Amino acid sequence: MWQALREELRPKGIEVVTVALDTGGVKDAGPWIDAAKPEHPSLIDEAHVLDELLGIVNVPSGVWIDEAGMLVRPPEVAHPGTSVLRDMLREHGVPKDAPPIMLETLAEASKIRVDPERYADMLRDWDAHALSPDEVVARSRPRPPEVSQAAAHFELGQHLVRAGDLEDARPHFREAHRLDPSNWTYKRQAWSIDDPLQGPSEHYDGDWLTDVRAIGAENYYLE
Amino acid sequence: MILESLEVDRDALAARTGWEVKPEGACKGDMCVPLPDGPLDARVLSERLGMALVADEQRGLWALGPESGGRALASAQMPDVELPDRHGRPFSLRSLRGTRVVMVAWASW
Repeated sequence: MWQALREELRPKGIEVVTVALDTGGVKDAGPWIDAAKPEHPSLIDEAHVLDELLGIVNVPSGVWIDEAGMLVRPPEVAHPGTSVLRDMLREHGVPKDAPPIMLETLAEASKIRVDPERYADMLRDWDAHALSPDEVVARSRPRPPEVSQAAAHFELGQHLVRAGDLEDARPHFREAHRLDPSNWTYKRQAWSIDDPLQGPSEHYDGDWLTDVRAIGAENYYLE
Repeated sequence: MILESLEVDRDALAARTGWEVKPEGACKGDMCVPLPDGPLDARVLSERLGMALVADEQRGLWALGPESGGRALASAQMPDVELPDRHGRPFSLRSLRGTRVVMVAWASW
């Protein structure tokens, strides 16, 4: 998906690096990467290291790094000039045999406010949109103690999932969700381990549809 | 970062959190926080850097969260990050120094 924009940006001296935040690692992210056939570095972050290091709380999120290794834009919603979900729906429509939860989820997702062209346009005009170091830090996410606690619980949960103990991982995921409720990465990663559609389950208080409706879909990328 | 004891490995701390232990203390960007001499204790890091320390006593594991009390980015210096590609080959972002980079996080879920 980023490949087309990469071909346009590469002559301007900008490289694209994509990173999959997937606890399931290659098993989950690999088929998507194979299908995309990226020529740019395409990496997998199964420990969600970037969440902690940069304050990423949703996907897709992008950061800009200049020639000297300085961040010049902090994490923010990042589309490559197009929205995969909307393109797929436009091209293929809603699957006729889709279960009700998927139909409801797609209907709600269509209300999410996105401007897929904006980020690509900013990249085409890098110098006009690069920020000072102080601005980058100031625009990054606040990190009160409970967010650090949430990160620690989330990491323990992931560790236990990888060790094959999902049952003991869930209480840590629930605690991470309680402590950092606006972190969609923590929520969606955990929900998806039990249910790819991230629907209601006995294991968690929230689910994608309920939580998005609670904040209003138009605010999904604004929290 | 996941710990199997309360003594923290300095290299692992730097790789996972971006905090490097130097003679003047734990440092990230322009910021340094003094540390006592001797082995690096997770409880000290937790107290001095505001890093949550969560225990899983049954398994003898701890998780040390990121520093708190400020913003997610303590400085605009991009931490050194090395991650594998889909074939397991490690890739260091540092190898792209001299090039502008847009790094995009996505997920299969």
